[in-house]
Order: sequence, then structure tokens, then C-alpha cells
Amino acid sequence: MGGFREAQGDLKIESVTKSFADFTAVDDLSLVVPRGSFFALLGPSGCGKTTTLRMVAGLEQPTLGRILIGDTDLTGSRPYERPVNTVFQSYALFPHLTIRDNVAFGPKRRKVADSDKLANEALELVQMGHLGSRKPVQLSGGQQQRVALARALVNRPEVLLLDEPLGALDLKLRRQMQVELKRIQTEVGLTFIHVTHDQEEAMTMADTVAVMNHGRIEQMGAPEELYDLPRTAFVANFVGQSNMGPGEVTGTDGDALVVDVAGTTVKIPKSRSAVTEGALQFGIRPEKVKISRTRPEGIGNDVKATVLDVSFLGVATQYLVQVPSGAVWTVYEQNLDVEPIDLHPGNEVWLMWKPGHAFAVPAEEEAGA
Amino acid sequence: MASTTSTDTRGTGPGGGSEPFRLSSGKRARIWIADHFAMMSAIAVLLYLFLPVAYTFIFSFNNYRKSNITWNPEGSPTLKHWQDPCGAPGVCESLVTSIQIAAGATLVATILGTLMAFALVRYRFRGRTAGNVLVFVPMATPEIVLGASLLTIFVQGFSQVGLKLGFWTIMIAHIMFCISFVVVTVRARLQSLDPRLEEAAQDLYAGPSSTLWKVTLPLLLPGIIGAAMLSFSLSFDDFIITNFVSGSENTFPKFVYVSYRRGIPAQANVIGFAMFVIAVALVVGGQLLTSLRRPKD
Amino acid sequence: MSTALAHGGGAAGPAGPVAPPDPVQVPTKRSPTALLLLLPGLVWLLVFFVAPIIQLLTVSLQSQFPGYPGFYYRDLNFGNYWEAISTYWPHFLRSLLFAGLATFFAFCLAYPLAYVMAFKAGRWRGLMMILVIAPFFTSFILRTVAWRQILADEGWVAQTLNALNLLPGGHITETWAAVVAGLTYNFLPFMVLPIYASLERADPRVLEAGRDLYANGFTTFRTVTLPMSMPGVLAGTLLTFIPAAGDYVNAELLGSDRSTKMVGNVIESQFFRVPGGYPIAAALSFTMMALILALVYLYVRKFGTEELV
Repeated sequence: MGGFREAQGDLKIESVTKSFADFTAVDDLSLVVPRGSFFALLGPSGCGKTTTLRMVAGLEQPTLGRILIGDTDLTGSRPYERPVNTVFQSYALFPHLTIRDNVAFGPKRRKVADSDKLANEALELVQMGHLGSRKPVQLSGGQQQRVALARALVNRPEVLLLDEPLGALDLKLRRQMQVELKRIQTEVGLTFIHVTHDQEEAMTMADTVAVMNHGRIEQMGAPEELYDLPRTAFVANFVGQSNMGPGEVTGTDGDALVVDVAGTTVKIPKSRSAVTEGALQFGIRPEKVKISRTRPEGIGNDVKATVLDVSFLGVATQYLVQVPSGAVWTVYEQNLDVEPIDLHPGNEVWLMWKPGHAFAVPAEEEAGA
Repeated sequence: MASTTSTDTRGTGPGGGSEPFRLSSGKRARIWIADHFAMMSAIAVLLYLFLPVAYTFIFSFNNYRKSNITWNPEGSPTLKHWQDPCGAPGVCESLVTSIQIAAGATLVATILGTLMAFALVRYRFRGRTAGNVLVFVPMATPEIVLGASLLTIFVQGFSQVGLKLGFWTIMIAHIMFCISFVVVTVRARLQSLDPRLEEAAQDLYAGPSSTLWKVTLPLLLPGIIGAAMLSFSLSFDDFIITNFVSGSENTFPKFVYVSYRRGIPAQANVIGFAMFVIAVALVVGGQLLTSLRRPKD
Repeated sequence: MSTALAHGGGAAGPAGPVAPPDPVQVPTKRSPTALLLLLPGLVWLLVFFVAPIIQLLTVSLQSQFPGYPGFYYRDLNFGNYWEAISTYWPHFLRSLLFAGLATFFAFCLAYPLAYVMAFKAGRWRGLMMILVIAPFFTSFILRTVAWRQILADEGWVAQTLNALNLLPGGHITETWAAVVAGLTYNFLPFMVLPIYASLERADPRVLEAGRDLYANGFTTFRTVTLPMSMPGVLAGTLLTFIPAAGDYVNAELLGSDRSTKMVGNVIESQFFRVPGGYPIAAALSFTMMALILALVYLYVRKFGTEELV
């Protein structure tokens, strides 16, 4: 027991698989979370992110593979033996204990001296110090969430797991808590692993984001990387929005691939394509597309389109346009001028983008989210 | 429950202009009755429920000479039964017996039943369904069959080992039928326990034993207490099964029944009503306590 | 006391946001500990419930030593059953009839009460619940004796009914009416509580939807409320009928010696007052159990099997 609790270092998940009777939740997953970083596991429901989290906590055991912290192999050990704590999605505060006793629970089990004092400090950290004598049922959702965090933090675990902790909060509170969590993590310096299906949340808070789908990691990296250069169609569609279209590589031009996308020839830098020959999926982010009435000059890629819908969003205007292949693209233009381009459904327009903004991912059956 | 009709007193009436529109009083009465039909029947039923209690109470003041069946028109209501509740022979002895049996049966049945509930909810084993059925069947069996069967086995079987009908046979019988009720009550509570709470405890360094004592049992306690209270009241008030297996021992209900022919002493009324008041006070007190500890916000 | 209403409050868990359904169930472990936990209670039930029932069965088949009443030998005397049924079939019928009537009346009385408690009581709900259960803290016997006093010839009930010429025989006590009245009263909470539990679980907005769709009061009750509460009604009727069919106290205290005896009375007297009556009494008990089981089975088949416990 002592051996596990003293584990220190990076979290390593090595080729972990978790199978249940009728399906595989996690499929040969491997990743390393550096000590002290804020890591996000992002993906839709059922992708296996919560199962992965539970395996790190010890609440589930992997069918195959190992989980280590530093050099200590935690596989097979029980949750109470690991230096890992969880903030549960439903908070799971003990209803029969006061807030303070809830937070002091971990220290007391570990026979730490002055557990009440530690509890109070942890509560102060989440700004709940004044409510220590209340019971969970007397608190609001946001307050309970903070208590759940304090209860985990007070133990200064090597790894702190957060299972969609902000899911039940309203938007404003959620934004607040995102900033709070990031601040606390920086202050306390623990490794945080945050599981969520909200890609905005993951990108705001995490140093590294791993996008999971069907039990596997599709892409992992800094938020900007994932957004700027998705490597699979799923990531392109799950993280932010993308305009996609099937294409075929027809040749090369220096550093770029020449691709035929539904009759239009476009150029994509080789470094921004996951595929070098054959079929692929072409993609461009909506805000990277420029819309104009006249054919633009320049070395950008362009294509003719018809406006289907115009929506004023305050900060930007969103256009839905139909491109020659029949697909519908979304275009965001920031409203920099007080009098924007006056476009209506039915207008013929030209779309333009810089080749360096486009990307290409493998052609797949399903395009994700 | 009829649909509510509002009596619109504004607007144009049959007379035109600003005459208020009113329904005839007959129609209004019918609407009121229809709206309140359910409420009135409910109150009537509640009164009906309390009628015998009232009679028990009233007759505890009866200044009777021979038997407490009819109100003595000549005597004036008296407090003498209240002042001497143990005055009639056998009343208090039977009460004490009832309380002792109920306490003992509750203790044993609650422990056995809680253990069984844990086994049936938390563990998978062959015969689990059979176990659940076995627990349920005594509750569905008429008391007379339970009493009769126990009587036959006590007389024809256990008498070989020297067991006589009396205090202990009553206790044994009461434990038997209380176990089922305890299992069902505790099981319901156990099943509704959020499994995340025990996971959280484990996540926070509580081993299996700590989790049980610090989290599971405290959360289960209201259910266990409820089961114990249920057990106690079932045992205390039991008559039919007790009658079959008690031999010459008297519990309070049996005493009342047996003394029926000769005339039930009013002291029994006194005690009966006192038990009622105590029980109600306990229940109301318990409710107030739980609602006080849970301020609404 | 209805088991459907386990006293002890509701689910234990945080009152905060509702967690989405988890893929992980309560861990069911496989372990010998289960048997250990189960054993004491199981043994008690086996020894003091199952074994006695088996013993009762053998008793029902025993025969008497001729000339020595009260002494029996093991036999397979099915004649006991024949004698029991042929002599006492009126009592069986009476028991089923009285129990059925009592169940029906209990239903009529219980439903409005349960309905009000579920939908109209609001914060008085807890108090009403206590009011429903409280009278049953006085002894069962005392309550039944009180009914004897209430329904006595000199009492206001009998006097009023007599004055209205509604009492052909002149008295209520010692008639079937008194027995049924007693049975109805004594098992009323067993009918109220399950129906209340069932109604309480229902969404009141469904009732509103009924009214919104042009159903008036009674129609809403018939087509929406009643079907919604069927599980509770089912549980309540069973919890009332079964004990009522086996009761003998009400018949003893409120009925007459001649015309209102139920099977329970016969069983009791065969055990305690008739020398050599054990086999007959046992046969009667088993026959009654079989009858009740058959009726319950048919009833549940017709109205649907619900989780009773």
C-alpha cells in the first residue's frame, strides 16, 4: 500500500484496453500526461473517456495494458491505494456529513494530523470557507461543485481527475469555473485530467487535448494544433466546424498538393495534408473563407458559390453557401464594417481562401460529430 | 375531481351593460361540491378512521360496575382508571410481556434482516431469486396459516426438545415474520443508495471496512431504523399468530381478547390510548426532527 | 403496515444536479461472504417458516388413534380434506365473500383519501399520512371492540338506522354487516398506502393533459387516474384480501355464533377446542391457502403482474 501511494511522476497509460461483454470501451490506448500539466480528454458520449478516467482512478481495471505513475505500476491496485483523486460528475458529496467533514474525509482516512485545518484551507482555496458547517443538500449546484473540487484537492494527489465537472452548471457559471479551475491548477501545480464533451471547454483550459472516438485517440496536441491542423475528419468536425469535401490528388506543385475537389482544383501544402496520394477529404474552417461579389485576384484558391442563407450574429455574419459540388458551406465574416457586404439568398458570390489555411484528412466513411 | 369553473364577475351579463354575471346559487353549490368532493370524502374517511380511537378514549372514563361494554348512564365519567392503570390484574403484566417480546424480536429480526438484505442486494449467487421469494412469501401468507403451522411444529416437533408454548415461542414466531419486513425495507433503501458515494469513499482512501462504517451504514441508518420501528409495531400489535403459539402466556392484545367475554377492564383502554399517544408523538417528533435538520432554501 | 412504503425516506444521494445514467451498475460481487450474511436469517426462515408449513401439511394428512382423541399417527389420510371441505364449504364461501366485500369497500374509502393525499395535500401530506396510520397504534383488539360498542344496539348508529327502517333484523352486531364493516376498517391502511404510493409517483401534469383534452372529472378519473394507479390498487387489494380472508377476530367479536363464522374461526376452534381437531384444522388451512393462491393468481393474471414488494 505504501508503494502505490508514494508514486510520483508523469502519468503513463500503456496500451490499455477495456472490454465489456458486448463491446470494447477503450481500444489499445496509450498516452503520457506530463506531471503538472492540464490535460483534457475530449470526445462524444460513449467514446471511452470516462472509462479511461475510471481506470486511472482504480474504479475499473484494464482488460489489457498498464497504468503507471512515474515508475510505479498501478495496475491492479485499488482506488484507495492510489495517489489519485476524482471530482465526480454528480459530485458524490456525502449527504450525511458536513462540507468540512466531506473535505476532511480523505485526510482522515490517511490518518493525517490536523485534517480539519487542511480541510478549511482547501475550502478557502475554492472560496467556500464560510459554509463549512453546512450539509451538501443546503448548497447550490455550483457550490457543491467547488466542495467536490476541494475534497479532491486537499489530498494533493499526483493526478486529479475531473469527470465532466461543469456539465450541470449554467453557461455563465461554467465559464467562471473554467477560469477558476485553470487558476487553481496553475497555483497548486498538480496534474489535472479533465474529461469533457465540450470542445470549447477543453480548448480554453487545457495545455494538451486528446480527442477520443470509439475508444481510441484520434489526435492529441495543443488546442491550437488541433484546431489549426486536424488530422482526421472526426477531429475536423468535432473540434470547431469545418467545410469538408471529398477530393483526389492529381499532382504536386512544389510544396503543395494539387487536388481536384468536385471539379474545382485547389492547392494544399503537403505539410497540411495527412494524405499524399489518392482520395482524401479537403477541409477549410468557416472563418478562413472570404466571400465577395467579384472574382478575387490573387494566388488564393477560389470557387464560385450561391448564397443560401444569411444570419447576423452580432460579432460576425454567417453565410450558408452552396458550392458547385452541391455541398453547403458555412462562411463566417467578422462584421468589421458597420455596413457589411449586402448579400441575399440567391446571390452569386466568390469564395476565396489562402491555400495555407486549408487542410486534408484521410477519406473516411463517417465524418464524425 | 371536476374541472374548475371560474365565476366571472366582470363583463356583460344577461342584462347587458355592467351587470355582474353570476351563476345561480344552486349551480354554484353543485360546482363547489364537485370541486371539493374528493376532499370531503377524504375528511369523512379520516373521521371514520378515528372513531374507534375516540370510543376507546371515551370508554376509558366509563364508570362501569361490571363490564365496560356499555356506557354506564348512572355513573359520572371518572379518572380512576387513569390514576391506576395497573389496577386490573394482568393488564400491566401482559403489557410488559408485549414490550419485552417486541424489543427482543425487533433486535434479532433487524440484525438478521439487514444482513440478508446486504446479501440479496450486493452479491450474485445461485439461489438469489429463491432467497428473494422466500423472504416475500411469509408476508403473503395469511396469519392464521403461519400461526397454525408454528403451533403444529412446536407441539409435535419441538416439544421433543422440551420447548413449551409460551414466551419464547412467541418471540420465535415474531422474529420469523418480522425478518421479511426488515429485509424488504432495508433492501429498498440499499438499492436506492447512490453507488457513486461508495466509489467516492474509495477514491478518498477508504478501504472496504472504512467505506462500510463511514459511508454505507450511516446512509442506510434511516432505513434500518424504519425497519426496526415497523418490526416493533408489528410485533406489539400481533394477535393471531401470538394467539396460536402463546400457550398460557399473555401479550397485551391477547389479554384484551381473552378478557372480552368477562368484560375488558377500562385500564386496557387507558393503556391502549396511551400507546397511541406515545406512538404518534414519536412519529411526529421524528418527522419534525428530520424537517428541522433540513432547512428549505 | 404496507411494505411498499418503507419508512426511511427516499433515495440517499446529493440533492444537487441529477447525474446522467451511468454505464456502471452497483457492483455485484461473487463471494462466499454472501452466504455467510444470508445464513442466519435464512436458517431462521427455513426452520420457523418452511418447516412448519411442511409440518402442517403432514398434520393435515394425519389420522387419529381411534378412541384416543388428541393422539395422531402419520398417515396419508386425504379423507381429512374431504371432510373439511364437505362440512365447512359454507365457511369458505363466507370467508371469500366477506373478504371480497371488505376489499371492495376499503377500495371505495381508500381511493379518495389516497387521491387527496397525493394531489391536494401539499405540505399537509406528511400529517395526513400520520393520521392514516395513527389509529392503528391502538391495539387491533381494542379497535374492534370499539366497533362493537359503536355498532351496539343502544348506539347512535343502530338507533338511527332503525329509525330509518333500514335494519330488518333490528341490530347490526352479530350480522354479516358488522363483520364486513370490521374487516373493512381494520385493513384500510393496507389499501390506502399502496394506492397513495402509486399516485404519488404519477406526474400530475398527465392529469392536466387529460383535462386539457376535454375529459371531465369523472372521465379523467376513469381513463387516466385509475389506470395510472393500477399497480397500487393491485397491491392494495391483495394486501387487504389475503389477511381478511384468514381473519377470525372480527367474526368472533362482531359476528354471531350461528351465521357469520368464517374459516378462520373454524380453524381456531378445531385447534383449541375440538379434541382431535388438528388434522381437520390443518386441512382447512391448506385448502384456504390454496383457494387464496388460486384467486390471487387469476386476479394478477387479469390485471397484470406488478412488482408488489
